[in-house]
Amino acid sequence: MIANYGFKDGSGDWYVTIDTDKCNGCGKCPEVCPAKILEVGPDEIDIFREEPVAFVKHEERKKVRYSCTPCKPVYGEEPTPCAKVCEPKAIFFSDGWKRLYGHK
Amino acid sequence: MIVAGIDVGGKNVHIVIKKDDQILGKVLGPSGIKKAESAEQLYDEVLKKVGITRKDVERVVATGSAAKRVAFANGAIHDAAADARGVIKLIPTARTIIDVGAEESRSIKISADGKVLDFAINDKCAAGTGAFVEAMSRALEVSVDEMSKIALQSTQTLSTNAQCAVFGESEVVSLIHQKTQKPDIARAVMNAIAGRIASVARIVGLEKDVVMVGGMARNAGFIDSLKKNIKMDVLVPEDPDYMGALGAAEAAAAGIYTEEVKAEVVERETVSEGKS
Amino acid sequence: MAEVKTKEFWSWPETNWVNPDIDWKKGKVITAGVDVGSVSTQAVIMVDGEFYAYGNMRTGSDSPNSARKGIGFALEKSNMKIENIDYCIGTGYGRVNVPMAQQSITEISCHARGANFMYGPEVRTVMDMGGQDCKAISIDDRGKVLNFMMNDKCAAGTGRGMEVFADLIRVPVWEIGPRSFQIQKEPPMISSTCVVFAKSEVVGLLESGMPENDIMAAYCSAMAHRIMELLNRLGVKEKFVITGGIAKNEGVVKRLEKELGIKTAERVWYKKEYIDRKYPFDTQLAGGIGAALFGQALLKMGKAKSARKA
Repeated sequence: MIANYGFKDGSGDWYVTIDTDKCNGCGKCPEVCPAKILEVGPDEIDIFREEPVAFVKHEERKKVRYSCTPCKPVYGEEPTPCAKVCEPKAIFFSDGWKRLYGHK
Repeated sequence: MIVAGIDVGGKNVHIVIKKDDQILGKVLGPSGIKKAESAEQLYDEVLKKVGITRKDVERVVATGSAAKRVAFANGAIHDAAADARGVIKLIPTARTIIDVGAEESRSIKISADGKVLDFAINDKCAAGTGAFVEAMSRALEVSVDEMSKIALQSTQTLSTNAQCAVFGESEVVSLIHQKTQKPDIARAVMNAIAGRIASVARIVGLEKDVVMVGGMARNAGFIDSLKKNIKMDVLVPEDPDYMGALGAAEAAAAGIYTEEVKAEVVERETVSEGKS
Repeated sequence: MAEVKTKEFWSWPETNWVNPDIDWKKGKVITAGVDVGSVSTQAVIMVDGEFYAYGNMRTGSDSPNSARKGIGFALEKSNMKIENIDYCIGTGYGRVNVPMAQQSITEISCHARGANFMYGPEVRTVMDMGGQDCKAISIDDRGKVLNFMMNDKCAAGTGRGMEVFADLIRVPVWEIGPRSFQIQKEPPMISSTCVVFAKSEVVGLLESGMPENDIMAAYCSAMAHRIMELLNRLGVKEKFVITGGIAKNEGVVKRLEKELGIKTAERVWYKKEYIDRKYPFDTQLAGGIGAALFGQALLKMGKAKSARKA
């Protein structure tokens, strides 16, 4: 399942996407996220899934634009810490950051 | 040489008339629905106040979201450039400018000689603008000035969930129903928008001195929340909402403005303009 | 506290219904789904996976009460009591405040499953717009979520966006759809995404003398466009279904279909008996139906225990 956490408003698309088919629930991404928006636990969308899965905490979903900005998703020279540490490559980002801030 | 700078924003028009290093006069009025007319009317008003006519003004430069509407201007400059020019003259140590207006906010990184090095904008969403604060003040049933004052009297920190001016209004209403104290709600509102604006400012980097301009700079409650968020001092020049117009006047004096920039300003025109 | 009936422009009428063809006492498993939204609450009762009863009403300012009232309203014309229910699942924005629920499940999963039940296994894309959110969901033939995208941060493209507009022009939401077509020519859509800025734009248009119906068309057009942008990120596959209050607004639905070049599925039950017996079809029930079906599945799989008291 492709889980897109975040929002869309007039300024763009701001989503942190987790491919739960790839996510193995290893728990590394919450440890490296500077804004502490990630968590690993029971899958609340696919309630019959046995393994834990990574997701964005409920109270953080409406703020991803602001929380993730310091890590320069998509347009930065380095991948974000969460994407970097994820072995199965299950985390990616929408283009809001690139469109609005990546013009340098 | 007498020059004029006209900043036509989403909500207000600011005009500054300068002669060499002296400000002859300034005026502020609502942009209204017909921004071109409002700008023109206010221009004639301030000219009258100063005791001169249009012919006495050598150059007029416009800025702001509706700059292109100012048909009688010689040219226009980008909002960020206007802010930079206005601020660097008054505060030569300024390196970061945070401009929060009624419908747009931006953070600008400038060099020691007032050139725009980088900027980030927050538009198309009321939550990062003065419109957010106004909406919340309506929900609190106080004026914006009153809300700014009581925010400073808050004794409890609250966190708010809504990241939208519309949903925020409902959140404030339900907080009031739960008998939350208004000063605490006011403070929470200021903290929320300060957080968003600080986050956008960090994209260009917060280098001191950080200067705040635009209408929101008059909001002491907001300034306080912003200072606490970025953990830095924030300087506010006198008449902070006139910085755009002042910068435009400086550009007029320096003869630096372009028709091309006018076109660029058109692209970024605030959408509340509707169809042109 | 007495409820003052003020003129409200923004909410759909309240309805309830009990299935005359089911004797619930003969049923083996009775489950309930309560979808507490920001604007409306739906309570649905299923007996052995068949649609038994529902209540659709306004959510008050008090969520726990809304849930209780919702079930009461659903069972108003039945002799079933809450105590007879084996398992109740809460969903929706206020799902943590459903006191009689044994479990809560997100509305994304419940809408997916509910849409699959209501419209059938061919559904692949569900768009739901509630009072305060908008979600686009890709599902498989069993109603399992494959991909989802939600917005509950920004009022634009949510029911609230339409309510603010309805309040501003003082026209009830259910009139906006039909009236938006009583125009000569489609006007350009409102250009501001943000509801706050759109309001100023609308005021400007009103002052400039644009006819009200045209303004409604412009607003519905803008809303349809926002939804299309959300859906295009997901990719729309037929059968395409719209649930939630917005499905009742033809002004938005028709314009969305036009922009996408895809027609939404007809609003009729997948189960032929339901059509033949003329069971009511309310697009706002998808969440509650899905929740009740989850309850049944959990009991069947032994992952939950019956909470039936009588």
